Amino acid sequence: MSETSMAVALNTALRDAMRADERTLVFGEDVGRLGGVFRITDGLTAEFGEERCFDTPLAESAILGTAVGMAVYGYRPVVEMQFDAFAYPAFEQLVSHVAKLRNRTRGVLGLPLTIRIPYGGGIGAVEHHSDSSEVYYMATPGLTVVTPANAADAYALLRRSIDSPDPVVFLEPKRLYWQKERVAFPVDTGPLGTAAVRRRGRDATLVAYGPSVGTALAAADAAAERGWDLEVVDLRSLMPLDDETVCASVRRTGRAVVVHEAHGFAGPGAEIAARITERCFYHLEAPVRRVTGFDVPYPAPLLEEHYLPDVGRVLDAVASLEWERVPA
Amino acid sequence: MSVLSGYEVRDATPARPALPTELRRRLHRAMVVGRAFNRQATAFSRQGRLAVYPSSRGQEACQVGSVLAVRPTDWLFPTYRESVALLTRGIDPVEVLSLFRGDRHCGYNPRAEHTAPQCTPLATQCLHAAGLADAARMAGDPVVALAYIGDGATSEGDFHEALNYAAVRRAPVVFLVQNNQYAISVPLAKQTAARTLADKAAGYGMPGVRVDGNDVLEVYHAVREAADRARSGGGPTLVEAVTYRLEAHTNADDDSRYRPEGEAEDWADRDPVVRLEERLLAEGVLDTEAVAEVEAAATAFAAELSARFDESPRRDPMELFQHVYHQLPPHLREQAARLAAELAAAHEEE
Repeated sequence: MSETSMAVALNTALRDAMRADERTLVFGEDVGRLGGVFRITDGLTAEFGEERCFDTPLAESAILGTAVGMAVYGYRPVVEMQFDAFAYPAFEQLVSHVAKLRNRTRGVLGLPLTIRIPYGGGIGAVEHHSDSSEVYYMATPGLTVVTPANAADAYALLRRSIDSPDPVVFLEPKRLYWQKERVAFPVDTGPLGTAAVRRRGRDATLVAYGPSVGTALAAADAAAERGWDLEVVDLRSLMPLDDETVCASVRRTGRAVVVHEAHGFAGPGAEIAARITERCFYHLEAPVRRVTGFDVPYPAPLLEEHYLPDVGRVLDAVASLEWERVPA
Repeated sequence: MSVLSGYEVRDATPARPALPTELRRRLHRAMVVGRAFNRQATAFSRQGRLAVYPSSRGQEACQVGSVLAVRPTDWLFPTYRESVALLTRGIDPVEVLSLFRGDRHCGYNPRAEHTAPQCTPLATQCLHAAGLADAARMAGDPVVALAYIGDGATSEGDFHEALNYAAVRRAPVVFLVQNNQYAISVPLAKQTAARTLADKAAGYGMPGVRVDGNDVLEVYHAVREAADRARSGGGPTLVEAVTYRLEAHTNADDDSRYRPEGEAEDWADRDPVVRLEERLLAEGVLDTEAVAEVEAAATAFAAELSARFDESPRRDPMELFQHVYHQLPPHLREQAARLAAELAAAHEEE
């Protein structure tokens, strides 16, 4: 087993998917000769040719809209939106067509289509390159939304997404692209729609996904020094949410904190907290807390450390979980 | 060259060979039936039997001529105003109207008919057409996509992105603009400063053709040429068919608020159905007996459609949860169970 990065895991997944099924196409901006601005498509044009991995004109709505037509014709497109905020021109195609076509046509035109979007902050990028836009996709019925937090899931979830008969928004936490791990490919980590418990604990559950899983794990380590034994759940799939795994954990621990970079107001944590409260009310010892990005536009890169949830904020939230109450 | 309401109509190549007699009769029949369909559907909307109907009366030549100019295996990408095109393709008229009746978003099977669902978000279907055509090109199939679009939607970004993409990739698409002079109430002069909509093709590096959209033979020739070129690897074409919507945008619209007095009457004088009929009578392709037979067939068609509409469609409310995903995710299983329980309770009360 060798050291690899999430970027290499994603590249390997694309390569393996293209080898496995010649209907798999990769296209977008700069994905051909350059191999993508993050090099996720590196070498694909060389191996599979211009017909299967190609640069499109610089137009995101066109990338997604033409992918709809290609999927209808029988291909399995994997398109790249270069950055989170550059996916917005494709929003109408995504919401009005990609998400709805199966339903509008009563199952005749399902879309096996994967939309890869590098997202989130923490890489010191200038504005419009650090958005956490997952809530827009989560709020759109018909879409599946997944995001890996490690290289094994990056490979496995991307393969599962490409194999899915439904459109999948595949969010890649760009600050984890270069994180090294030991993984052997191919690897499978279970079906889309399932969460994973990353750390077992008795006292409280941290619910996180993508770039925030690392923050949650670091917070759990720090909390252990203060005597709190925290469980960490990595959602992996934001739509559908794995209520079962999350709620099983919260019923055991009685306390929950949701951690994400995205805005708090009407953010993913609001939905997650509501679902925990609806399902686990009598097991809760404290209100579900959220540690999120502030409700401000994503800040300039020299200020982003003040915006991003960190270990200290997670620990503050954990400290507020009514510990003076005797657990049931 | 002819002049239509101040618009110069280019590309009227007068030396074209006449179309086969049978085809001209077929075009005529489809136009007359299409007109009867528009009349009947508008009546349905006034009777409250349709939630809404966007009539294409006056545009039948564009729709009939274009559909019959392509092969049944070519894909159509219609908007909501293409009812007559869908009918001409052979789609069941009741299924054409499902969207407007409101019982389903798309009444027909798009794959079986090689016809995408009627598209409401303007110009978005142009990209689907470009993508499907590009896919067919890559697969080496002789399939062309025919994308319908109105004059107003040429202002949308997706129109630009689709034409640009199709031209760069040499995708076999025909973009047919039915320039009916208005986007609901807004006249063409407020949509574009271009001399013609066909002129826009130059910016994408594709041929642009402008035809009299009230002349079905002109439309047929233009679309056929464009489709043949696309099929043989010549890439996309933008066809502008100059026409006029003789009725309001939909039954909910009041066109007296925006049309200059007398304008509709001028265009009614160039009614595409009447023009074709007069011409085919003069050329001896039709006689009065044949015209009467077609009229009777169209009347019978409308009567049958009306009779079939007496029966209202009963859709199972549980359809709400079908086909959102290929399998019901857990949260939708919960919601479906809730609706099923409500329905069961309501059934018990009855």
